[in-house]
Amino acid sequence: MSQIKKNPPSDAFAPGDFEIVGADTAQSERFARRPVTYWGDALRRFRQNKLAVAAFFLLLLITIMTIAVPMLSPYDYAKQDLKVRKQWPSADHWFGTDDLGRDLFTRVWQGGRVSIAIGVLGALIVAAVGCVYGGIAAYFGGWVDMLMMRIVEILSSVPNLLVIIMMSIILDSSSIPTLLLAMTITGWCPVARLVRSQMLQISRSEYVMAARVMGVPPLQIVLRHMIPNTLSLIIVNITFRVPGFIFSEAFLSYVGLGVQPPNTSWGALASAGQANLLFYPYMMLFPSLFIALTMLCFTLMGDGLRDALDPKLRR
Amino acid sequence: MTEPYLFEVNDLCRYFPAKKNGIVKAVDGVSFRIRQGETFSLVGESGCGKTTCGRTLLGVYPKTAGSILWKGRETCQLTRAELKQFKRENQMIFQDPYSCLDPRMTIGTIIQEGMRVHFDLPPRARDQRVAELLFKVGLTADFASRFPHELSGGQRQRVGIARALAMEPSFIVCDEPIAALDVSIQAQVVNLMIDLQRDLGLTYLFISHDLSMVRHISDRIGVMYLGTLVEVSDTDPLYDRPMHPYTQALFSAIPAVGRRQSGKRIRLEGEIPSPMDPPPGCRFSSRCPHAAAQCRQTSPSLRELEPGHLVACHRAEELNG
Repeated sequence: MSQIKKNPPSDAFAPGDFEIVGADTAQSERFARRPVTYWGDALRRFRQNKLAVAAFFLLLLITIMTIAVPMLSPYDYAKQDLKVRKQWPSADHWFGTDDLGRDLFTRVWQGGRVSIAIGVLGALIVAAVGCVYGGIAAYFGGWVDMLMMRIVEILSSVPNLLVIIMMSIILDSSSIPTLLLAMTITGWCPVARLVRSQMLQISRSEYVMAARVMGVPPLQIVLRHMIPNTLSLIIVNITFRVPGFIFSEAFLSYVGLGVQPPNTSWGALASAGQANLLFYPYMMLFPSLFIALTMLCFTLMGDGLRDALDPKLRR
Repeated sequence: MTEPYLFEVNDLCRYFPAKKNGIVKAVDGVSFRIRQGETFSLVGESGCGKTTCGRTLLGVYPKTAGSILWKGRETCQLTRAELKQFKRENQMIFQDPYSCLDPRMTIGTIIQEGMRVHFDLPPRARDQRVAELLFKVGLTADFASRFPHELSGGQRQRVGIARALAMEPSFIVCDEPIAALDVSIQAQVVNLMIDLQRDLGLTYLFISHDLSMVRHISDRIGVMYLGTLVEVSDTDPLYDRPMHPYTQALFSAIPAVGRRQSGKRIRLEGEIPSPMDPPPGCRFSSRCPHAAAQCRQTSPSLRELEPGHLVACHRAEELNG
């Protein structure tokens, strides 16, 4: 048998060391958390993510600049001035001038208009088409769903880049709408799949079954359960797709299928700068920098949104 | 028995289409009656059709054949107003406390969901009611502003119960409500359900495979095997003297604590057959140690061997003689 200590050590607590402070039950309401809505809570969590908030404000700044600079700049983005060709950045031309003497600072922001517009519009178009398509497939189910999903599979089995290039050539893409069409014609397929699978998963979940047992009307089930649970997924998806479209546009412009001069975009500017890369690297540096910066910001913001919209991560 | 029947189920069938034109006969010719105020349990192995049975009863799945009488009326012939009443009075508690609550809603919103449909209450009165319900299931009012993922499994299950109670139901299908909980929490939840039954006069259809818990809560029990009911009886006679060979085998597998295992454990040979291709005759004939030629040809129906004790076995008298 082991020895059991009979006497407590001298530094042990005595009853007098404790004091009963009591609990005021009337005050317990004060400690209860203020009722929050789902979106209010998401906003609060997004704010806590410093990186995502910084990315959001940087994007806001870039967007404002793309709107303001071409309007306020003393230089016209299309105006050539052969006297100031290929000038390095200076007080007059902050980002220098290109080989036709056009002010690059104005051109970069003008190009940003096109790039960001294409990125955001493209992502919104694929999201809208994908939601409708995936929603219909999930709602009707059966052979409708079967047929619609086989079409998606066929469309997405064709290499994306090939489709874009071929569509650009067929449509003779020189304007922004045709460029958007070329990029979104198969781009909605992943969104459609995502929405369909999410909708199916939710419609078979037990909380929807509980709502049906309670006699909640179908429209209310769609509005209160299906859409909110899919919406956050779509918002995050849009945010992550924007840089993809900016990059696609940049690529198309780079290979000469995108925006035609004198209009420009970040991709077209980078492409033009590439010809002079060896002697005038600034021509390529600025547009590339903004492509990279914008894409990074969208990705960081998407990360923040994804975490904010997932209540499981609430702390 | 003069008590009124709340539910009368006759020859209920629910088939699911399967791949390659097959049919899964999840529930095949099940008949039982549930009296007002009692707890009727369905027990059986996984995949024997217990859950499908409960869901079909409440109209989550349309029935393939048979009839379900609720308070003497056929459920698929209810008028609009009656159907609304049916949906209010008959509720369900789910097995998985993690997927039965919408992760994007607060507990308060979840409990109010059905109330909005069936009770015309101002928001303030609804909040009040939520607080009462939370208290009734052993939680506090401040849970209303929390999200489901902040709660433990047992707390979520209590919320599920509160959601059902919000409808002021008379009948609740409890679909394995304790299967996903720890043993200590199981007892709490089951005791809560028993208390609520006593206080509110609820009727339960309790679906479970936990035989000890079923004995604790049930008034009557139906034993299911492969989509059919093989034995229906009051609780104590069933546990004392199971008459169907399947029930005997099932109950011999209950682990005993403290006392010596009474009787020998009956080991069944083989696997449970696929419900897509059940054996002809008695469904249990392929695994029954007592199967005779007759059992492989004709399917036995439930017969009352003793008052209130129904068995579906051709050889029940011989074997229990």
